Amino acid sequence: MADLDTLVGTALAEIASCTELSALEAIRVAVLGKKGTLTDELKSLGKLPAAERPAAGALINVAKEKVAAALDARKAGLTATAISARLASETCDVTLPGRGEPRGGLHPVTKVRLRIEELFRRAGFDVATGPEIEDDFHNFTALNIPADHPARAMHDTFYFPDGRLLRTHTSPVQIRSMQAAVAANTLPLALIAPGRVYRCDYDQTHSPMFHQVEGLFVDENVSFGNLKSVLHGFLEAFFERDLKMRLRPSYFPFTEPSAEVDISCVFCAGAGCRVCKHTGWLEIAGCGMVHPNVFKACGIDAEKYTGYAFGMGIERLTMLRYGVNDLRLFFDSDLRFLRQFQAV
Amino acid sequence: MKLSLQWLKDFVDNPWGARELGERLTMAGFELEGSAPAAPPFAGVVVAEIVSCEKHPQADKLQLCQVSTGAGPALQIVCGAHNARAGLRTALATVGAVLPGDLKIAAAKLRGVDSAGMLCSAKELGLAEVSDGIVELPADVPLGADVREALGLDDDVLEIAITPNRGDAMSVLGLAREVAALSGATLRSPAPDRVVAKHSANVPVTLIAGSGCAKFVGRLIRGVNNRAATPMWLRERLRRAGLRSISPVVDVTNYVLQELGQPMHAYDAAKLQGGITVRMARAQESLTLLDGKTVTLADDMLVIADAGGAVGLAGVMGGERTAVSADSVDVFFEVAWFQPQAIAGRGRRIGVTTDASQRFERGVDPELQERALERATQLLLSIAGGTAGPSAVHRSADALPIRTPVQLRSAQLARLLGFAPAEGLVGAKLKALGMRVEVVSGGWRVTPPSHRFDIAIEADLIEEVGRQIGLAAIPEIAPRALQRFAPLPEAQSADARVLDLLAARGYQEAIHFAFVDPALQLTLFPAAATVRLTNPIAENLAVMRVSLWPGLLQATRDNFRRQQDRVRLFELASVFDAAGRETEMVAGVSAGLRHTEQWASARDEAKMSADFYDLRADLSALCSISGDLAQFEFRAGGLGCLHPGRSATLLKSGHAVGYLGELHPDVVARLDLTYVPQVFELRRDALWSCSPRVGDISRQPLVRRDLAVVVDESITFGQLRDRVISVASGLLRELRCFDIYRGAGVESGRKSVALGLIFQDNLKTLTDEEADRLMAAIRSDLGTSLNAKIRE
Repeated sequence: MADLDTLVGTALAEIASCTELSALEAIRVAVLGKKGTLTDELKSLGKLPAAERPAAGALINVAKEKVAAALDARKAGLTATAISARLASETCDVTLPGRGEPRGGLHPVTKVRLRIEELFRRAGFDVATGPEIEDDFHNFTALNIPADHPARAMHDTFYFPDGRLLRTHTSPVQIRSMQAAVAANTLPLALIAPGRVYRCDYDQTHSPMFHQVEGLFVDENVSFGNLKSVLHGFLEAFFERDLKMRLRPSYFPFTEPSAEVDISCVFCAGAGCRVCKHTGWLEIAGCGMVHPNVFKACGIDAEKYTGYAFGMGIERLTMLRYGVNDLRLFFDSDLRFLRQFQAV
Repeated sequence: MKLSLQWLKDFVDNPWGARELGERLTMAGFELEGSAPAAPPFAGVVVAEIVSCEKHPQADKLQLCQVSTGAGPALQIVCGAHNARAGLRTALATVGAVLPGDLKIAAAKLRGVDSAGMLCSAKELGLAEVSDGIVELPADVPLGADVREALGLDDDVLEIAITPNRGDAMSVLGLAREVAALSGATLRSPAPDRVVAKHSANVPVTLIAGSGCAKFVGRLIRGVNNRAATPMWLRERLRRAGLRSISPVVDVTNYVLQELGQPMHAYDAAKLQGGITVRMARAQESLTLLDGKTVTLADDMLVIADAGGAVGLAGVMGGERTAVSADSVDVFFEVAWFQPQAIAGRGRRIGVTTDASQRFERGVDPELQERALERATQLLLSIAGGTAGPSAVHRSADALPIRTPVQLRSAQLARLLGFAPAEGLVGAKLKALGMRVEVVSGGWRVTPPSHRFDIAIEADLIEEVGRQIGLAAIPEIAPRALQRFAPLPEAQSADARVLDLLAARGYQEAIHFAFVDPALQLTLFPAAATVRLTNPIAENLAVMRVSLWPGLLQATRDNFRRQQDRVRLFELASVFDAAGRETEMVAGVSAGLRHTEQWASARDEAKMSADFYDLRADLSALCSISGDLAQFEFRAGGLGCLHPGRSATLLKSGHAVGYLGELHPDVVARLDLTYVPQVFELRRDALWSCSPRVGDISRQPLVRRDLAVVVDESITFGQLRDRVISVASGLLRELRCFDIYRGAGVESGRKSVALGLIFQDNLKTLTDEEADRLMAAIRSDLGTSLNAKIRE
């Protein structure tokens, strides 16, 4: 049996000094394989007297288990080392930029328009659109601005040779929507109408093209109190903060009563700063109750229905929300400006 | 309109300071646009008279003036003003005075001569932006008086925006009425005494313009000295209203307009030929206005005419021929009432807007004319002397507007405002505005005063109530939602996807004007018919865009000039055809490097520009939004401004919906670009999707076979694809082109195209033999139909 001890001793020494998985496998075959040294010992048990066989067999099995355990342990160790070595050789520089292209982004005015649409949709308003080249009826006459009305002087209008014009506000969409609702018998209606509008005026604070969003709610018993509630709710949701709001009586031919809407300055919270010209207030919208003449032009019974309408400049909201201080930046397409809005 | 608080005090005791008054008016609908003191702070400036002047011994342009302040010895002042002369009353900054800008006046030696102060110009006192010489004060200003007191300079001037419906508030009187209503103070607005006629002459007046001119009050004033000096108090009030003093006659008419809101006109009676007729202009009638401008009139314009033709555009501006001058002696005053509709817009049409036209087109109180004439006559007689004749009131057969009662229902008031104000309050507030209010069952019967032109219907009264009680008093009332489901066409929900997809593919959205430079548009689309604006802002913004490319290309050029080396821009907007019809398009431009400079680029790719195939991939991605890429087809060429070999027409179900490709080299050269842009544009509705229809997923295995064919350069992948599909019929799942090779082994003029064919039978497993048979059939077909040689 000294022979057996030697065999095991030699095998364990070989296993301990083995550094390759393939060499380890060769040792396993040489010791425990079909023709392995320990397997041979088992085969030679037959030569022993029957009475010695069980004891001898048990010794050999103990030796086999010892070697097998050493093989497994060594294999696990070598495998772990191999994986570590592989991982060590496969390191990325995670601080290098990834392969491919940076994304582009949406125009800030589009982002704000989508935000406005989302907020009003949640409050039950539809989104309506209309043509940018309008006729006199929808842009002026139906809105209670007859020819030669002094209010026309406030709208520096672009005209076409055929008498049509570029809409000066999104209010014609009100007219088209009310006419459609009357035709389809689908009153009441609640909508906003965002879109491009045009005024013949171009300087640091005026762009000949800009964006407005119009709001219109027509139902039985709609009140000025509802208008105040909706505007205040929208403005607080849009700016994500509590705001004070005040309405100043004003004049729009298509609403009566009419008002301008001010909110407490979003930069100084009403304390007074450069943006609000130290008044603490920012002018943000115009609004009022739909004028009976406008209802009449659309074939709506002004005794049965009342309604409110409001309008806001999207660029103005964008400038206040993101701190843009020059209107012209919106239409210059300077990538250095536009890229700043990729995050929002 | 500019409102001096001192002037306002003539009519009402305003209980508020300038700041609070501005705030109150703003919240009542008269927005304060600005506020300024009548003069900046200064002190130590007194009224003085130049006793004598002599030339400065050392300087040609300076004079030595002996100046008296009424007490004590005359002071010697050195002065360089050209109008310094003996007898002139002016403003003297005495030693120790502090002028605006903290300028301290000390005794000085000027070129060796002592000067005990400084004679001041209006500019130096902060009373004018520019001035010519020293202040010239009229003789009515007391010597030695502090200039601030003598001129009433401790006054504030509010700049107030008047909305177009409130012509009645475009005067000191009009705003005084509002202040009285807001504060409860009493309005002092006495009718002036009638001037006693000292002669009986007048100018005959005939009204033949119907309701356009329903009333005309005229008076002849004889023997006027129009060279007299307008008194300082009146000049100061005009200055605070933003007007210059011109002559007594003109100053008086301007003063009355500012004070009462009644425009009037003064004629030099000597220049009038016969009587005056108020009539409609004859078409093409010509008139030279006071400002020297000659205008051509239309037959819906009202004119004042004499025997020699039109002498004024009624309610807008008088004519040059009969204008008052310094030499005028006999003056005829016209105080008329013109119907707003007869005046509105006429001035604007000929490019003239005046204080008069602004008031007439908004409506002037039809009861104001006699009062205005008396006021003007008194002022003129006191300034320029002369004798007044009788005032003659002419009326046309058509009556002046009559204020009819308007019903105000308390229920409607509550319905529209959302709450019911106290009933007593409603009546009181309306009465404070000069309305006649009767309580009737269910509300009020309200008759507006003659000066209000904006109260015709119930809503107008509701506005007045809201304005007077303050809009802050109206509670916020949360509305009930309609809770209705509006149509939401899934097919049209692509827009948000288009924005996100292009942004994700590296494009930055831009927004450009809808009007573009016609020259640039013509370079791109020489044949396109466009619609042009009648009144563009500038020639380079004169025509409506037929494509979004002009704006995008301009923006690309601007960005390259800003040292950007890679530009991807897109825009979603309408384009306009010659009839002004609008089509919404989505368009983009890609210029510069294909990839941003990066370590991971293959070396040969690092400096490559984007080309057609980059664009083609973007377009395929875009078209896939529709849910059915197979509907789209790319057909070579199609648009003149694109490179004929590197551009395509995009078709959807056989109809052209867009174009894409490289800009034509000629166009690139003409636009002077330093790079070659790739552009695309397609109809937005082409991306509207079909709702997906889900089919069964085959469980059968895929079989792949590769094939390389050598074909002529002219044979397209599309042709190969069509033949393969036709032969393989329903068994081809996918066809990939994985290599195109030109060079050694392929004769010139030909190319080798490597195709990967993926077959699948939906019903059973496709055997190798079947796949081999299909491949043989495809090889044979390509050989005969496209002269393809199979590469082994």
